[in-house]
Amino acid sequence: MIRRIWGMLYRHLAMYRRSWPRLAEIAYWPTLNMLIWGFTSSYIAQAHGAPRAVAAGALIGGVLLWEIMLRGQLGVTIGFLEEIWSRNLGHLFVSPLRPGELLGALMLVSAVRTALGLLPATIIAYLLYRYDIFAPGPVMLLFFINLLVMGWWVALGIVSLLFRYGAGAEALAWTIAFGITPLACVYYPLAALPAWLQPLAQALPAAHIFEGLRAALLTHTTDWRQFALATGLNALWAALAIGVFALEFRRARVRGALLAIGE
Amino acid sequence: MDAIRVENLVKRYPHTLAVDHISFALAPGQILGLLGGNGAGKTTTIAMLLGLLVPSAGRITVLGHDMARDRFAALARMNFSSPYIALPARLSVYENLVVYGHLYNVPNLKRRIAELAEQFHLTTLLNRPAGELSAGQKTRVALAKALINQPELLLLDEPTASLDPDTGDYVRGVLEEYRRARGAAILLASHNMGEVERLCDNVLMLKTGRIVDRGPPAELIARYGREDMEQVFLHIARSAEL
Repeated sequence: MIRRIWGMLYRHLAMYRRSWPRLAEIAYWPTLNMLIWGFTSSYIAQAHGAPRAVAAGALIGGVLLWEIMLRGQLGVTIGFLEEIWSRNLGHLFVSPLRPGELLGALMLVSAVRTALGLLPATIIAYLLYRYDIFAPGPVMLLFFINLLVMGWWVALGIVSLLFRYGAGAEALAWTIAFGITPLACVYYPLAALPAWLQPLAQALPAAHIFEGLRAALLTHTTDWRQFALATGLNALWAALAIGVFALEFRRARVRGALLAIGE
Repeated sequence: MDAIRVENLVKRYPHTLAVDHISFALAPGQILGLLGGNGAGKTTTIAMLLGLLVPSAGRITVLGHDMARDRFAALARMNFSSPYIALPARLSVYENLVVYGHLYNVPNLKRRIAELAEQFHLTTLLNRPAGELSAGQKTRVALAKALINQPELLLLDEPTASLDPDTGDYVRGVLEEYRRARGAAILLASHNMGEVERLCDNVLMLKTGRIVDRGPPAELIARYGREDMEQVFLHIARSAEL
């Protein structure tokens, strides 16, 4: 199993090594986002004084952390789409590679992509805005992991849609996660949402992660309740996504969709 | 133990019966040709043998493994090549073979790749991106990938498509030698009737999802009173009774 996962990881690393546009794409958007929101935060801090500076810091932290979810999701879905674009899925699915191993490899690729993609943005945040994402301490690592896992189960849902609707559903790979953003409470507290929308937001791990992040930045405390809620919801959504993936993969094998998934 | 045993295999789509109760077996060391016009059910049958497609009814056993319950054990011992499925274009030939070597858990991978490179005249192409190769070179790489795990069963879809006559003849020689040396079974779907006559011990003639005739090429040629398999194929394809 480990060797097959390594084989797929090697396949993607070899591809990135030979394609600078793909490498550039990994870091381009997080860096651009950091520049835009970073300058916006600096402006707010300068115009309104120290109390707002902390809020502006939360904004920069939100941008960086939300990128983890977005990059995590894109890492898996783009990895899967790469196999469709290269017409290689047929070879993979008739090899001893299990679908779970393929996903495991894509998750590792996604983790590497996310780390590489966020590195320039993290450095920019520190150099230009004196913002240190690691300042709250090791607890940030727990938030990172939760957001990455959320990105993975969203990706599993998108890959399931690709099995069901073929490459025609490709546009969803780029847009679905952005659609979740209003409910993720990245840039504002949960209380800022209308009352009727709050239960929906609370069903997502992201809302709890960002509530926890704001607590860590504003009051220098770790809200373990929010962390536990986020972790529990992640486990629940991940289990659901795995179930949907298994079902759609089986259906694709019944319909013959694996033979024409690129269409 | 047969390399392939197919019993009453059916694939039904909402508006089509793609494969209609076919049964056959392929013994180790034998080459079986799967022949038929477009839409005859060849691709569907191969997809079911590979586990890409779930049959509507019937049973497939590959190398003693029931494909409905234990397909990964069978997939590790077989391999497949088709010019209609590509390898990642950005990766070099060597990198592609490394990837599949890992997927098939090939021991002494570097040595195996060197052997295949020599066998398929790929040594000078190993560092070239797969996407920059000619169609014939790609076919040779695909065949090298198909032999990387020294499979006991090889499924080949048009293995010499896009190859010039000289290279095509060479590849047919490699396949014959591989079958002889490894005792491997080969299932071959081809529209090249000369290739079928040369390689196949038996052929299945498919039409609208059914097996309409079967036997060794020489026997079929004699039975239909034709000169070669090309004429037998045309007779069966155009015959309304079959």
